[in-house]
Amino acid sequence: MWVYEKKLQYPVRVSTCNPMLAKYLIEQYGGADGELSAALRYLNQRYTIPDKVIGLLTDIGTEEFAHLEMIATMVFKLTKDATPEQMKAAGLATHYANHDNALYYESAAGNPWTATYIAAKGDPIADLYEDIAAEEKARATYQWLINLSDDTDLNDSLRFLREREIIHSQRFREAVEILKGEQGKKKFF
Amino acid sequence: MSTPEKFYYPYISPFDPCKPIRVKSYSTPPNLYIGFQPPDFPQFSPKEALRAGTLWKPFYDPYYSPYEKAKEGQ
Repeated sequence: MWVYEKKLQYPVRVSTCNPMLAKYLIEQYGGADGELSAALRYLNQRYTIPDKVIGLLTDIGTEEFAHLEMIATMVFKLTKDATPEQMKAAGLATHYANHDNALYYESAAGNPWTATYIAAKGDPIADLYEDIAAEEKARATYQWLINLSDDTDLNDSLRFLREREIIHSQRFREAVEILKGEQGKKKFF
Repeated sequence: MSTPEKFYYPYISPFDPCKPIRVKSYSTPPNLYIGFQPPDFPQFSPKEALRAGTLWKPFYDPYYSPYEKAKEGQ
């Protein structure tokens, strides 16, 4: 069960009317290394992982939904008042033809989200290594998005999200250390 | 302390069609180096932590576009 808090994890402010940024940001919404993939990957893997790290997957998977909501807010703000003409100019005409200004789980290249983006091998080490890789790929995606964007307010929120990827990667790495064991006496906090 | 970025200098051909980028960089955030988080790690104040995205100072690694002229903020 979840408890919903009706606020964003970090404020999302968009200072320029630039629907083209929405086209890029959608990668983190419905792309392979996006927040939806991340949330579903972790929340699904937690059933078949040793008890010690189930809580970690629950926490991080839940936080990914908070990030998904931030990305959705960014995309929505950037496109909600865009006319068909502006959508066309932003390269979003093909999106508009199908969805109007609605959000959709798709990559920046327009591929719809697919469950093949996520893996569940059932082997704890394989799954955690997958999760570490996913966090590093999401971190890299945020870097490329920051490089593409000249909206300083938006970049501020993207920087926050990138920092969270670093922390998630760190915690998954620690989870691997816990499951590896045999490290002599470790202190857990 | 680790550096958050590393550089390399790829081969430049005299026949490259585009203006060569002589120095390439990639991110190496602190999570690659710290291993299991040690006890008594330095912390941000709660307010700073909410902005930074982490409570732990050594994990803070803000990324700025190399194309942004001036580093705004800190």
